[in-house]
Amino acid sequence: MTVNIVGAGLAGLSCAYTLAKKGVKCNLISLQPSERAQSVMAEGGINASLNTMGENDSVIEHFLDTMKGAVDLADPNAVLGLCRNAPSLIEMLDKLGVPFSKNSVGIIQRNFGGQKKKRTAFVKSSTGKIVMTALIDTVRKYENRQLITRYSHHKFERLIIENGECKGVIVRDTYNDELKSFCGAVVLCTGGMNGLFEGLTTGTVNNTSDVTATVFEQGVQLANLEFLQYHPTTVEMQQKRFLISEAARGEGARLFINKNGRRWYFMEEKYPELGNLMPRDVVSAEIIKVTAMPECENTVYLDMTPISKDIWENRLSDLKEQCNHYLSVNPQKTPLPVSPGIHYFMGGIYVNENHMASINGLYAAGECACQYHGANRLGGNSLLGALYGGKIAGESVSKIDTEFILNSKTEKFPDKKVSHEISKEISKILSESLKILRNENDLKTAEDKLKFLLNKDLNDAEKKRVNLALATVMCALSRKESRGAHRRVDYPNIDENFRKTTIVSLVNGKIEISYSEIPELRNKNEVKS
Amino acid sequence: MKLRVDVLRQKSPTSKPYRQIIELDCENTETTVAALLDTINSSNLKDINLNDIGEIKWDCNCLQKKCGACAMVINGRPRLACDTKVSEFKNGKITLEPLKKFPTVCDLVVDRAPMYENLKKLNVWLEDNSALKPKNTELAYEASRCIQCGCCLEVCPNFSVDASFFGAAAAVPVSRIISELNKTKGYDVLLNYRKNIYNGCGKSLSCMNICPVGIDIENLMVNSNAASVWKRKN
Repeated sequence: MTVNIVGAGLAGLSCAYTLAKKGVKCNLISLQPSERAQSVMAEGGINASLNTMGENDSVIEHFLDTMKGAVDLADPNAVLGLCRNAPSLIEMLDKLGVPFSKNSVGIIQRNFGGQKKKRTAFVKSSTGKIVMTALIDTVRKYENRQLITRYSHHKFERLIIENGECKGVIVRDTYNDELKSFCGAVVLCTGGMNGLFEGLTTGTVNNTSDVTATVFEQGVQLANLEFLQYHPTTVEMQQKRFLISEAARGEGARLFINKNGRRWYFMEEKYPELGNLMPRDVVSAEIIKVTAMPECENTVYLDMTPISKDIWENRLSDLKEQCNHYLSVNPQKTPLPVSPGIHYFMGGIYVNENHMASINGLYAAGECACQYHGANRLGGNSLLGALYGGKIAGESVSKIDTEFILNSKTEKFPDKKVSHEISKEISKILSESLKILRNENDLKTAEDKLKFLLNKDLNDAEKKRVNLALATVMCALSRKESRGAHRRVDYPNIDENFRKTTIVSLVNGKIEISYSEIPELRNKNEVKS
Repeated sequence: MKLRVDVLRQKSPTSKPYRQIIELDCENTETTVAALLDTINSSNLKDINLNDIGEIKWDCNCLQKKCGACAMVINGRPRLACDTKVSEFKNGKITLEPLKKFPTVCDLVVDRAPMYENLKKLNVWLEDNSALKPKNTELAYEASRCIQCGCCLEVCPNFSVDASFFGAAAAVPVSRIISELNKTKGYDVLLNYRKNIYNGCGKSLSCMNICPVGIDIENLMVNSNAASVWKRKN
């Protein structure tokens, strides 16, 4: 059996590595080489309760913080697996040569949002990049042993589905337009849906959302699309949002707004325990609230001047350079105006605890999958989720013992792209409705506009993207409560009846929404604190 | 600011390259070449001879010099499009060409596969668990930062895709591996380093100061030389 992994970022590499260690062959298919993947942009770190900072940290506390951050909308069994395996994954990275900062006890960890204890291992402010280098080098060893075959510059076209089961994948070589069909199980590791908000996210350009849109059209269920993470500290720049890593606040940066002419450190005043390090959904919503107050100016600042020179040099060197280069600001001297920007998609392809999607033969991991983060992801859990999710997907897919045989043939079909105009139009509609604070009117307007757009003369790629956008808006309309990153001004409270996963699917051309119960935790005794 | 953008274009790997000159206004001094290409591609501009431009193909992804995709030759120098502000060029003249050391796929897109093949030939991986010592942590960090853009190869007088010398784009990643070995003999990577890096480097130092992320290539090579050639222990 050869497994087809689509996407060569951290989740894809982790999956390929897991399979290769078991002697299972895989094709590692990606539009660009791994060095270009969005995973290299992750800065702040990766969570694991290593308990190296003398704070008596534990797996259970990591679990409880993650569930609390997720506002109880994540699968507790999956999250427990994530947290329990995190320390051994860090140990694995250490053995693969990731040069983590260490003290006499072990790997140094820093504070991150939504967590009371120092639990985030890091390599300065380039954790994703440095972790990726180690994984890329390791995967190369197995490429050399012909267990992993790379297909770079190959674009996902669609799944091969026969009798309701995924039998393989069709990809296009972008260098010569040649189509290729690969038979075998498919693991999608294709990243977040940035393209729905073109130019408005902190992520990469090539995470267009088109893979998710295509599999949605092919009948694969998606989940929790309404949960978009607005990172509180981003800055507008040309073509995208610039991210100021949460690591800055983890190392002492403070948010303030000028109120009646004086600095007001609103997060510290409102949330004395975690202050600036409350979960991202909370901080972003607070920024919107304080900037709307008549006695406040309309700009929130991130003051990074309390960070010592030593920390800048040894822990945040890349961030400093990037602020200087792209924002022309020296963050050591000047507070920086910041505002929330779209950073992460908690929702995506619906998967179970084993990372299997809604049809046999299909798996998903990393940001494209809906797993671990519920209504809001904690900083430091994305690299972990990608690494662990890729591993679990690899382990699950390796257990398949049926032969994959393709009965259908692939006919040639032309390459279709979403035009710049349609992409911008979708982004505009979504950004006007899927705001931090949402309401029925805006969402209904967006729904109408997208339905109108669907009736225009669109190509296949455009239709798929509009459908995905529409599904996202409908998920947000349908969840009549406020939870985590989904805040409805018309339904401001949590409604326990909505403590369920939103499932959205396309049935006979119609978008259908249902809800699935959150699984019960199997080992309840284990997490009693 | 008035810009005159001269782009070397090519429709396919085998077709003949041609130049196209586009004139446009640009007010924002922060505009990068990456943003400029996006502007041209999303407009209905025509070139100075009133010919259609169509989509100028180029690779990009992060737009923040973290991924290395958008390396190209800008006014004669290999650079990242996302790292180059148009305001640097006071006369407003900008020439964009693909990296010339690699085969052109189309327009500004080149096939950098030889770079990755060289890393395989060099055995850039750890056979055993990392034996990284604290004194080498900074070295391993620095070497891990390489974005595989290929700018250093463009200026290297000794590198070509079929030469036995693999250049700095291989010397940097391999230096991480060498810095993490538990002993400095018995590994193929050390022999390969000597053959494909040490022996072929003409010490022209042309790769210094070209790296978009500012990697201290010389320092890394000094350490790799010490381990692989002089057998100094890590």
